[in-house]
Amino acid sequence: MIYVENKDLVIPGQVLADDEYYSGRGTFKENGKVCSSLIGLVSLRNKKIRVIPLKSKYVPKKGDVVIGKINDVRFSMWDVDINSPYSGILPAFEVFGREKKELNKVYDVGDVLFLRVVDVDEIKKAKLGLKGRGMGKFKGGIIVDIAPTKVPRLIGKKGSMINMIKDKTNCKIVVGQNGLVWVKGDEDMEQLTKDVIHLIEAEAHTSGLTNKIKNKLYLAIDGELPHEEVNEEEEEFVLEKPKLQNFKEELEQEEREAEENKIEKEEKPNIAEVIEELKRKNKKDNALSYGDNSNNSFILNNK
Amino acid sequence: MSEMIRQDGRKFDELRPIKIEAGVLERADGSAYLEVGGNKILVAVYGPRESYIRRLLEPNTGVIRVRYNMAPFSVDDRKRPGPDRRSSEISKITADALRPALMLENYPRSMIDIYIEVIEAEGGTRCAGITAASVALVDAGIPMKDIVVGCAAGKVNDEVVLDLSEYEDKEGQADVPLAIMPRTGEITLLQSDGNLTEEEFAKAIDLAMEGCLEVSKLQKEALMKKYSTE
Amino acid sequence: MDIVPEITRQSITNLVRNDKREDGRGLNEYRDISIETNVISKAEGSARVKLGGTQVIVGIKPQLGSPFPDTPDLGVLMTNCEMLPMADPNFEPGPPSDDSIELARVVDRGIRESELVELDKLCVEEGKHVWMLFIDLHIIDNCGNLFDACELAVMAALKSTKLPVASIVDEEVVLSEDETFDLPINNELALCTFVKIGDKMVLDPTLDEERVASARLNVGVTKDGRICSMQKGGSQPLNKEELLAAVNVAVSKTKELIEHL
Repeated sequence: MIYVENKDLVIPGQVLADDEYYSGRGTFKENGKVCSSLIGLVSLRNKKIRVIPLKSKYVPKKGDVVIGKINDVRFSMWDVDINSPYSGILPAFEVFGREKKELNKVYDVGDVLFLRVVDVDEIKKAKLGLKGRGMGKFKGGIIVDIAPTKVPRLIGKKGSMINMIKDKTNCKIVVGQNGLVWVKGDEDMEQLTKDVIHLIEAEAHTSGLTNKIKNKLYLAIDGELPHEEVNEEEEEFVLEKPKLQNFKEELEQEEREAEENKIEKEEKPNIAEVIEELKRKNKKDNALSYGDNSNNSFILNNK
Repeated sequence: MSEMIRQDGRKFDELRPIKIEAGVLERADGSAYLEVGGNKILVAVYGPRESYIRRLLEPNTGVIRVRYNMAPFSVDDRKRPGPDRRSSEISKITADALRPALMLENYPRSMIDIYIEVIEAEGGTRCAGITAASVALVDAGIPMKDIVVGCAAGKVNDEVVLDLSEYEDKEGQADVPLAIMPRTGEITLLQSDGNLTEEEFAKAIDLAMEGCLEVSKLQKEALMKKYSTE
Repeated sequence: MDIVPEITRQSITNLVRNDKREDGRGLNEYRDISIETNVISKAEGSARVKLGGTQVIVGIKPQLGSPFPDTPDLGVLMTNCEMLPMADPNFEPGPPSDDSIELARVVDRGIRESELVELDKLCVEEGKHVWMLFIDLHIIDNCGNLFDACELAVMAALKSTKLPVASIVDEEVVLSEDETFDLPINNELALCTFVKIGDKMVLDPTLDEERVASARLNVGVTKDGRICSMQKGGSQPLNKEELLAAVNVAVSKTKELIEHL
């Protein structure tokens, strides 16, 4: 027996189904009943029930890409605020290898970086690295803060939402899985993009959102509504199964660039570059396996 | 006998009017506002977050900290700002009342701060605080087994009655504040002060539990109202 | 403790340089203001003010007490502020911080120096019994510019305050059960707060604007245009031109603010 339907809004303690159903993320089983542990939306597949949270703090996970702020510079690492109950560290060797440099001349307190979670230890402290395309310090732009659970909605199915915003506003946008978003473009477009991102956050669980956002953007930029509508069928329930298409595309492009670099480098090889190249290749493999899996939804794959 | 009504015109098993609203503050991670009778309670939740008070943290789970505070203007005679023995005790038992419902294993070494502000007090603020705090915790996205709810019963004019007003609390013979996890009926807060027979006590518990279940519906409505799309 | 991202500092500074702000306002424009009075029935005067996302509640409680020896025929005002930890993740529980004491004193100074509360009418028996008004500021949500929100809330709460009529019977103070009188007020006042970002002054700062600002200026002006309190805050200096320009804006903005009361 099941008491709820797909996409129903449920609250903690609410009984969702009887014993024959499996308890997925956001739920627990007690006395033969599957119950919700969160306020969120029901996601039902076969006999497995999950609850997609409406709100939740970011907990670092290996392989995630995040936006962080340097909070402190220490002897051999940076302390990084990653918008989470758990702070991150960026070890100096992740940045320079064995070379010795003054850390605060490279990244100083208040700098904002695009980073990858290299590892998470048993107390959830995140070790961060910079291996990946576009990773490192942001120059200019603004930071927009949204609930991490709304990140998939901002990206949209196959990147539909984020790409539409990028195209229309001509802004560069980088989304961290910890709910921080970097936007850079024309000053007014940055502010418009910020407003639009907050609108998506506020209305993430409503339907027809892509069209709504599209209309808002066109009205603000062109002063008139767009001629064609987004196919509503494509909309669907993006909160549930986001695909990291945009990240994947960026990684593919990165791969091509790496390929080009390689050709250049082969003319003038030296040991440091070879090591760097090996590292890069290593990261690529990891990254692709994480972006490629169509079943991989990055808010739900916490085991 | 059942024709008799109370000082404020309520029936023995009748709650005061209640209003609950979820998500009323900008900065807090979760918040709630509750009015019951003349009580006005505001609750904010921050966390799970890092805490600098390391000794309070636990390696395998998140911990909560509750601060119950009464505004100086919340009572007839101005209250001096800051904690006192009463508010410290209420803070502690409120944390104990909420803790059984929380599922914080995924947030080891983190802290959740719950700030309960009594803006205006009119009897039964501790139960109202617990009820509002649960809604604020849900609003903050904290995983929980159930939404804890509080309600008191007591004895006034030799009658067991539900949800004592300030007047009844002062004039009455006993006050039994109670909080439960409504799905299972498990009790997470119980105090009793005053004189009751064993029979009266059993009756008070039953009445308070019924009251809790009624308030629980309003908690759920408030959350649904805040977050449903229609 | 809370470090402002460098790019946020830059983007806010760049916007202000072009006379723009992160929420689309002009440099001398207030956020939406809403004021509710009589929100606490147990307080003799109360108000709740929302200024954008910032929210404060003010309650006024009177007590009979002895006057100060140097002013035996005047009532007493006491302003106290609690920056509740609920209002901001960086506010700590505990005794009032320096910021909260400064806030209370700046708000108090405007009320006191404008002499808008007729303290002589709060005297019950000269030298013996006067009304003491406790003005408690409760900060519940901090989205920037607590100063102006608090001053508005205090002003609105004072205007709503009713005190019981007190008389002396057989050398004892007797309070009337049902008779009250309106707190006598002969003026109105508002506080205009600016912060300096780059080389411009910005009115009604948001939280981020406050955090990147180099200096702050509070200007308290009465309805009839008297400047009755000021305070310069922040780590960097201001120059005379900036000061005079801000005062000029404050004098004209005060009328707009007072209309909300």
